[in-house]
Amino acid sequence: MGEARDGVKVKRVVFVTVGTTCFDALVKVADCQEVKDELYRRGYTDLLIQMGRGSYLPAKSTGDDGSLAVDYFTFSSSIVDHLRSASLVISHAGSGSIFETLQLGKPLIVVVNEDLMDNHQSELAEELAERKHLYCSRPLTLHQTIASMDLNSLVPYTPGDATPVAKLINRFLGFPEES
Amino acid sequence: MGKNSRFCFSNLSSNLPITCLITFTTIFLLRVLNVIYRTGKPLGKRVSPQWPLSTLIVLGSGGHTAEMINLLLVLRKERFTPRFYIAAATDNMSLQKARVVENSLADSSETKGLSAEFMQIYRSREVGQSYVTSVWTTLVAIAHALWLMIKIRPQVVLCNGPGTCIPLCVIAFFFKVVGIRWSSIFYVESIARVKRLSLSGLLLYKLRIADQFFVQWPQLQRQYPRAHYVGCLM
Repeated sequence: MGEARDGVKVKRVVFVTVGTTCFDALVKVADCQEVKDELYRRGYTDLLIQMGRGSYLPAKSTGDDGSLAVDYFTFSSSIVDHLRSASLVISHAGSGSIFETLQLGKPLIVVVNEDLMDNHQSELAEELAERKHLYCSRPLTLHQTIASMDLNSLVPYTPGDATPVAKLINRFLGFPEES
Repeated sequence: MGKNSRFCFSNLSSNLPITCLITFTTIFLLRVLNVIYRTGKPLGKRVSPQWPLSTLIVLGSGGHTAEMINLLLVLRKERFTPRFYIAAATDNMSLQKARVVENSLADSSETKGLSAEFMQIYRSREVGQSYVTSVWTTLVAIAHALWLMIKIRPQVVLCNGPGTCIPLCVIAFFFKVVGIRWSSIFYVESIARVKRLSLSGLLLYKLRIADQFFVQWPQLQRQYPRAHYVGCLM
């Protein structure tokens, strides 16, 4: 369960991010007892929530009483450091957050915001889930996803490459091929 | 015979305004068709490129700018210069990110005089704005876009989805029709579009305004055969 030899518990942080959006449904469900218990059961020690423009405030906790330590903040100039130190990332379906996380090789659960009007975001999350790069979930099914996830079955994401586009643009404009 | 020709002439002169209108409209429409025909045909075959090419880069919030920066990093800067970055007036982060990229270029490059300018454009419509007031703000946005485009007159336009690119691309097309500037318009559909095109993409594809249209997922290439499938940029 993550205990090192000298008895000090290894920190395993779950980082929840909603980017620049307002996604109270995700913050609420991440803060609910069911999900927190499930995360604790799976061996995580800390829950850090980046809540963006939402209005729901999670309950902070030090986690001394044998439960998850919970903390939150609204924004930070760059969440890269938080992503790097996380053992699991739970994110809204924004492409920026998704690819930042995948490029760092972190396990990712994407939660689709069902309150959004034109939900094209779910297309990307579902496609990447089909390719087994991440798990896709809805707020109400998050605890089930956490309970049943097998992070070892996730396929690492190979970062994309803009060179094919550049090649076509250069060729179209008549620039000589790169050597 | 003489009487007939004099009769025809007087008829023509009394209908002169209408004749002019019909003539100009016909020429304009023929020009539009001609531009559409030439759109998408590689430049290299028609005219020798005049390098470097002035480039307009349209930035959009969040993922759009990140993808655009990824593309800019693999383009040779000395070919696409001067560079003009445009973002919506309410989007501060995008221009900031572009400045960071340009500054790092200035540091690492020995060539002097690589220039970049950063501009903001009025949005046609803010999220949640009423459609009635949007008519006016859209007209203001188009006028502002026209003003910026007249100043820039780019030879290359790079965009990847945000609504801000539509007035700019339409004006670029208009410039091609009336002969103000011939430009090559490149559109990369966002990585978040897997099964359906965005509204911007749909417009630029259907109206054949983009010279080259790139999609990042194979599902879109199957639906829109004139698009080029280039894989994921991120």
